[in-house]
Amino acid sequence: MTANGWFQIGLYLFVIFLVTKPLGVFMTRVFNREKTFLDPILRPVEKLVYRLSGIDEKREMRWTEYAVAMLLFSGVTMALLYLIERTQKWLPFNPQKLGNLEPGLAFGTAASFTTNTNWQAYSGESTMSYFTQMAGLAYHNFVSAAVGIVLSIVVIRGIARKETDKLGNFWVDTTRCLLWVLLPVCLVGSLILVSEGVVENFKPYTTVDLIQPYTTQVTGPDGKTTTQTVTQQVIAQGPVASQEVIKEFGTNGGGFFNANSAHPFENPTPFSNFFEMVLIFAIPSGLTYTLGWMTGSQRHGWAVWAAMAVLFFAGVTTAYWAEAKGNRLLAGTDQGASGLHSGGNMEGKEVRFGIVNSALFSTVTTDASCGAVNGIHDSFTPLGGMVPLINIMLGEVVFGGVGAGLYGIFVFVVLAVFIAGLMVGRTPEYLGKKIESHDVKMAMLAVLILTFTILVFSAIAVVKPYGTSSITNPGPHGLSQILYAYTSSTGNNGSAFAGLNVNTMWYNTTTAVAQLLGRFFMIIPIMAVAGNLAKKKIVPESAGTFPVTGGLFAGLLASTIVIVGALTFFPALSLGPILEHLLMNAGKAF
Amino acid sequence: MDPVAQIRKKSLAESAIVSRAVLDTFRKLDPRTMVKNPVMFVVEVGAVLTTIQLVWNVSHHDGQFGFGLQITLWLWFTVLFANFAEGMAEGRGKAQADTLRKARAETQAHRLRSDGSTETVVSSQLRSGDIVVVTACEFIPGDGEVIEGVASVDESAITGESAPVIRESGGDRSAVTGGTRVLSDEIKVRITSNPGETFLDRMIKLVEGACRQKTPNEIALNILLAGLTIIFLLAVVTLQPFAIYSGAPQNIFVLVSLLVCLIPTTIGGLLSAIGIAGMDRLIQRNVIAMSGRAVEASGDVDVLLLDKTGTITLGNRAATQFYPARGIEENYLADAAQLSSLADETPEGRSIVVLAKERYNMRGRDLSSHDTNFIPFSAQTRMSGVDFDGREIRKGAPEAIARFINSTGNGIPNELQLRIEEISNSGGTPLLVAENRRVLGAIALTDIVKGGMKERFYHLRAMGIRTMMITGDNPLTAAAIARQAGVDDFLAEATPEDKMELIKREQAKGKLVAMTGDGTNDAPALAQADVGVAMNTGTQAAKEAGNMVDLDSNPTKLIEIVEIGKQLLITRGALTTFSVANDVAKYFAIIPAMFAGAFPVLGALNVMHLRTPESAILSAVIFNALIIIALIPLALRGVRYRPLGAAALLQRNLLIYGLGGIIAPFIGIKFIDVLLTYLRVV
Repeated sequence: MTANGWFQIGLYLFVIFLVTKPLGVFMTRVFNREKTFLDPILRPVEKLVYRLSGIDEKREMRWTEYAVAMLLFSGVTMALLYLIERTQKWLPFNPQKLGNLEPGLAFGTAASFTTNTNWQAYSGESTMSYFTQMAGLAYHNFVSAAVGIVLSIVVIRGIARKETDKLGNFWVDTTRCLLWVLLPVCLVGSLILVSEGVVENFKPYTTVDLIQPYTTQVTGPDGKTTTQTVTQQVIAQGPVASQEVIKEFGTNGGGFFNANSAHPFENPTPFSNFFEMVLIFAIPSGLTYTLGWMTGSQRHGWAVWAAMAVLFFAGVTTAYWAEAKGNRLLAGTDQGASGLHSGGNMEGKEVRFGIVNSALFSTVTTDASCGAVNGIHDSFTPLGGMVPLINIMLGEVVFGGVGAGLYGIFVFVVLAVFIAGLMVGRTPEYLGKKIESHDVKMAMLAVLILTFTILVFSAIAVVKPYGTSSITNPGPHGLSQILYAYTSSTGNNGSAFAGLNVNTMWYNTTTAVAQLLGRFFMIIPIMAVAGNLAKKKIVPESAGTFPVTGGLFAGLLASTIVIVGALTFFPALSLGPILEHLLMNAGKAF
Repeated sequence: MDPVAQIRKKSLAESAIVSRAVLDTFRKLDPRTMVKNPVMFVVEVGAVLTTIQLVWNVSHHDGQFGFGLQITLWLWFTVLFANFAEGMAEGRGKAQADTLRKARAETQAHRLRSDGSTETVVSSQLRSGDIVVVTACEFIPGDGEVIEGVASVDESAITGESAPVIRESGGDRSAVTGGTRVLSDEIKVRITSNPGETFLDRMIKLVEGACRQKTPNEIALNILLAGLTIIFLLAVVTLQPFAIYSGAPQNIFVLVSLLVCLIPTTIGGLLSAIGIAGMDRLIQRNVIAMSGRAVEASGDVDVLLLDKTGTITLGNRAATQFYPARGIEENYLADAAQLSSLADETPEGRSIVVLAKERYNMRGRDLSSHDTNFIPFSAQTRMSGVDFDGREIRKGAPEAIARFINSTGNGIPNELQLRIEEISNSGGTPLLVAENRRVLGAIALTDIVKGGMKERFYHLRAMGIRTMMITGDNPLTAAAIARQAGVDDFLAEATPEDKMELIKREQAKGKLVAMTGDGTNDAPALAQADVGVAMNTGTQAAKEAGNMVDLDSNPTKLIEIVEIGKQLLITRGALTTFSVANDVAKYFAIIPAMFAGAFPVLGALNVMHLRTPESAILSAVIFNALIIIALIPLALRGVRYRPLGAAALLQRNLLIYGLGGIIAPFIGIKFIDVLLTYLRVV
């Protein structure tokens, strides 16, 4: 670990701190329909959209109607993506003449992009046409992010409003989110990325001569190994920048290329790397300010932010420490950081990012439910790889996915307020709303769905041949691979531990089911709580009210998240990464 | 002393309660009862599973008998300990109910026929609307309203207080309770309840917990605990496949042990005991809560409406000082004041007589020899007084006296006018005394604020509770007393309608309101308030409207009720936090023990250095069972409530029950492990 490394982590958190307020205020104004500087351009567009689709922008919905609208929207657009994937051969913008997708893969991918997971059991450059990438995948990157954001706004409204059952209009919120929040930033952001060297074109792939040909061993169909000299390489291209920016800003994570943000055309420079990481946390962090602003308790917003920041810092410190320490089994090699190399465990990492930016990126992408990667988590040390795994297991509430992070941490806020709130001798209250049995029931249901989906699918996979046959490393590492796959799917993260061969019938189907459960079955109970809270009166604050501001609350919230997560997953983790770490220290690697 | 009173003084041997609780402990093993408590039901199912496995092992001569037997036994103990906790909590109430039942025994009643004659029937035949005659030394056969006569009644069967109380027709002291005894005189009572629905019946049901329904917070907490139980069930059930994958499958004893240690058995086992004990603590203080919901609501109260008289001040206003006008002897004023008050039966009037007697040694005189004409107080004149021997003595409000003397032309002297204002400004009530149209001087009636009230209100404020004084006084007087007593606000010149309005206004703001009341005109407000405490001396209507009845009729008790409500919630929260925090240590005991055989490196997680895997698991299970027993006293007594602000209270309790909950089991499990090793049990 180096001073430069710590400085980069500190700088990153500081920049996130800086963008929180402006973005939070801007989103508040957008969703409260207050004036913004973009109104002269966007307001006419918005009105046109409503006129064309026959939407009454003044009409608000109850939570049930909102939820049905959201499910219908997601269902129809998911079917549309499936259709595009299955017919891309006959659709335009397919210079590589890529064929139609298999039904299993097409379904899995459609579920994955609709749920903001972006789990990819395929290589983008060899599977998806430019049309599918743009009209299918990038489209979902926008709308699934918008859905997440508007749902968190619904939760905030549920807390802030009183004695009403109206929580806003799904179509209006989504339209405004797309027009005001996502599109403008992505327009500017993609230009910044292009300036750094990210490509944006419709060209067919280019074959180039290598400056430095190399030889490689190739196993032929007859089983014989021959030595070949490679002199040419196919350079995949496409409309990358436009998709790259929403991949991070909407915490989607689905790479244009298989190598994701490790690919030089997606993430060419240290600056683009930093910029992409900032994009990932920007909205989730800003939403904590929106929460404070809309509920009239700015200090509560910051307390939630602080709880997230503490957990983020703990995660990145562990990952950085584990990766920088390197592997004890390679004691003979120089693993210390120096001016010439970054030291530590460099397996599966990009040289241009080094240890700290790989550890930081992996923490950021799994704290948020992004899933973009700039290194292979499978190649991290056992403890370094456990950090992304735990981050997702905690429910991705450390800043979290766009919207999903906020409504996810809302569940923990409800639980923390309920348990500890009793200890001040009153019926627990959250910002003036009494937390009662219905709210606790729904919050527990959300936690249960997460736990159930991860543990049950993993438990089946580890004892059935169709599950274990995909494992590439035996022992505890194999368990980590399977756990990671279902954790990432259920948490709608989409990053892969890699290593596990997931393009099989079993994994395509079960991960898709896990993604759908983890997205929609989480959302519905949370919306039910929001709907129930909105109906309640607001109890005025007094000296006897449970304080949801300040360090004590931030600490309580962070501990609740860690304890619930740790108690649920400790047994599984102890047989996976923890055991692997101990065995590695004892001299056994997998 | 009356038997019930004895019980309330806890003279019934605790051993009787314990032995009854032990019996209940086994009766409660019935799965149909257990299933109401999901956490302990899971433990019972686990215990059954290990028992079956144990029998199978024995019949197949399979190994691990000693370890399996001990685990199984301790699992059963865990269930029994939880049942015992509940039994203990119920015990006191049941004992009390038994004695109350004796008071309910059939009595003879003299029912009034329509022709005016009486017939003798047994009390169980009485119906609402019947009129009965009760004479001295008879039991009142049912709840009712005195419609004729006045009598002294011994209500110790209900209140435990042996001093007799007066019950009379009309007014606010007309309610009588079945099972109490008339000591003197004769009254006619209109029965207001049918058999089985009397106050005594309800009280019996309440104290023995027969109609105990889970309160809203308790339901919510139960859901949370059930949810946690399912999560841990998932964690343990899926651990077996992971263990099989890792090549270290576990046996049923170990898996059930892990599950039982993880699920929140501590709070699950004590939850209902805490609720019952909370109700019982109220009963100890002679307050009968009609529902647990009301007890819980009292912890949430934001505003306390306190009647000035009797709650904040001692009884009624009393005369404290005579202020003679210039040229008048103080003695003379006192004498005139006493004379004018001789026939005045109001508490104020009596206090004037008493003051004159105490200060100037003036005995009450017999005026019957004179040609005496007492002038009673009337709303028109707002004066009272006496005419005798040509003296016209009047006493009354300054305006009234001014009118009285102004008709002859003499005004109120200036210096007395100043005195009157002075008395008003300091919260007192000035009265003037005049004789033959000449002002003799002023009497100051003042309220005496009860000792220690200021501190109590200060504490309430720290707890976030606003106190509001309700009084019929004018705003000036009310403000002065409010300042003196340290209440936050006051409602002056309050009518029952004003009170009702005030409650509704506060509730509209989302606040919970508590109040006490005794009169029939208090009934609507008592019903409207979230916590309405009716005085037992009050009318039947008030008692019906409120959700609590204070048998001591002490309005100050509202403050204690609030504290008990808070204590109940704090105890639940504290033990839940403690229970969940305990799990951390149990993981560190059991997980390494489970897999140390297959993977010795996992011994690194054995931070407590427990001797063997078997003793580690057994120690965790034993700790888990014993902690229930250890915490029964805390559950029954309640976590001590401190009147602090929420933030300070939270910090304190998080430190004790959160951090303490993490640390305590590390020490406890290690200690048990050392002991087990020493005893060579495993």
